[in-house]
Amino acid sequence: MGIPLSATSIDPAYLPLWLHQQANRVRIDALRMVHHAGIGHTGGDMSSADILTTLYFAILNIDPDNPSEPTRDRFIMSKGHCSGAFYSVLAERGFFPKSMLETYMDPLSKLNGHPDRNKLPGVEANTGPLGHGLPIAVGSALAARMIGLNYRTFILTGDGEQQEGSNWEACMSAAHYGLDSLTLIVDRNRIQQGDFTEKTIRMDPLPDKFRAFGFATEEIDGHDHAALLSRLQALPIEAGKPSCLIANTIKGKGISFAENKPEWHHGVPNAEQLSSAIAELSVILTTKTEATA
Amino acid sequence: MSHQLYDCRDAYSQELEALAAADPRIVAVVNDSVSSTKLKNFRAKFPDRFVNVGIAEQNMVGVGAGLALGNMLPYVCGASCFLTARACEQVKVDLGYTNSNVKLCGMSSGVAYGELGPTHHSIEDFAFTRVIPNLAVVAPADSIETRALMRYSATHIGPMFLRMSRVPVRNVMPENFTFTLGKAHMLRPGNDITLMANGILVERALDAAAILLSLGIEARVLNMSSVKPIDREAILDAAKNTRGIVTVEEHSIYGGLGGAVAEIVAQEHPTRIKIMGIPGVFAPTGSSEFLLERFGLTAEGIVSAAMQLLARSRKPA
Repeated sequence: MGIPLSATSIDPAYLPLWLHQQANRVRIDALRMVHHAGIGHTGGDMSSADILTTLYFAILNIDPDNPSEPTRDRFIMSKGHCSGAFYSVLAERGFFPKSMLETYMDPLSKLNGHPDRNKLPGVEANTGPLGHGLPIAVGSALAARMIGLNYRTFILTGDGEQQEGSNWEACMSAAHYGLDSLTLIVDRNRIQQGDFTEKTIRMDPLPDKFRAFGFATEEIDGHDHAALLSRLQALPIEAGKPSCLIANTIKGKGISFAENKPEWHHGVPNAEQLSSAIAELSVILTTKTEATA
Repeated sequence: MSHQLYDCRDAYSQELEALAAADPRIVAVVNDSVSSTKLKNFRAKFPDRFVNVGIAEQNMVGVGAGLALGNMLPYVCGASCFLTARACEQVKVDLGYTNSNVKLCGMSSGVAYGELGPTHHSIEDFAFTRVIPNLAVVAPADSIETRALMRYSATHIGPMFLRMSRVPVRNVMPENFTFTLGKAHMLRPGNDITLMANGILVERALDAAAILLSLGIEARVLNMSSVKPIDREAILDAAKNTRGIVTVEEHSIYGGLGGAVAEIVAQEHPTRIKIMGIPGVFAPTGSSEFLLERFGLTAEGIVSAAMQLLARSRKPA
């Protein structure tokens, strides 16, 4: 089945469905990769797949054939541990051959457990330790203003990640400098490695915290492609302020036995679980959209 | 030789202003420390290329990496103790591992903050930075080398840590000096013993060499401003052709210049070494001059260490 390299060729009426299918292809890739490597972060790969797919196929101004173009939008994958979904999206979008996904975490592979921009085109920042992406995104947005380019900066973080204080340092800068070209998306799946976030260290009311720090903040369903599309196509939320979208998601989304279960933060599917999950995720792939009909 | 004393921060800030006037990519990033980084003039001249993130070092270094991602050329400036220790993981990952084109300017390193105490001393920064791949580490000796280093840094693609003091020193480098990364600069030839120093202690190593000469000892003096990469050839030449090496740094005796020299000498041409610095303790209260004297980091202290080393290394005739 041929896969268009971007969503521009899709009838807008079918775009949300097409993005859902694309996101499930990403989920299947990521599951295969984690199964192959015997290590990975299945839960977050699944919760972030719809956000990543929507950004890379319908929002970001990027050219996989020219990944260093100065005017490109910058996307910072701050939750670098969800490299399964991230690499899959980059490969599906054409930054490197999909066959490379089969080398995930193999010895000497370019697909390290956490992304490395010096090895892989499309990666903007080396992440892994949490709380690093937002300061980098602030610098990127400041540079756009200084250089006089109108590229935008997007960043995806985890929700547990917001426990790192460096994020709040960066929030103060983003608001103080009025960086409305910056959009922060928080993958609010409510689970971190050890437990649910609210049992670990209370984070709610998370949207109010970002509002208090000067972000124009909205909550959104992080699995609703139509909602993600319309919101991300109409940024900033408020002129003169950085935007924050708290994307409410389900950890392990799309795999019934993994959904909302802390043990699937970095659970690895065995062969039986892999085929059962692929079967579930493949159901929607048979639905016809105009592009694939 | 003129004995006028210069604060290297003046040379760095004036040179940064000159670089910024010529290169629109240059931007300064600070953590509130506008005065202690001597960037008030820079702020007045280039308000659109001056980013103050407030007292937030982790963010400051990350913002530097992001500015580089946006093709700017950031100089991230702050007191060395906070810049390197508080933001150590950002220096490792966002600058070193990413190989970002960011220059870190660590001010008032060593025990320059004297009476303010060990919280403000930065006697661990060589150790923190030296182990990070891709990151160059340089401590200039005087205002001439500071100017040359600043001009070089704008042409170097990749992260650098520039370690500067606030303790005034006289100029010891030649006026027309051009900085070369990874190259030791021989300030005085000699084949009896080698004194290797960097930062504000190069001046004292030269003074020590003058005293040693009056005692009939020809000391070679090397300015080892470039701690990483380090001049392996100059070190091995000293190990082979002189009777011992005294390293002198305003840093812990662990993990700094002395450690770097010892790593090479021990593995490639063992010779006697004396590592002079802060001996693995938090310094007591006192001015920077008091502390340097207390730890023997004076011309007389260096002479004494050199004599002891020579006594131990006397070869049978």
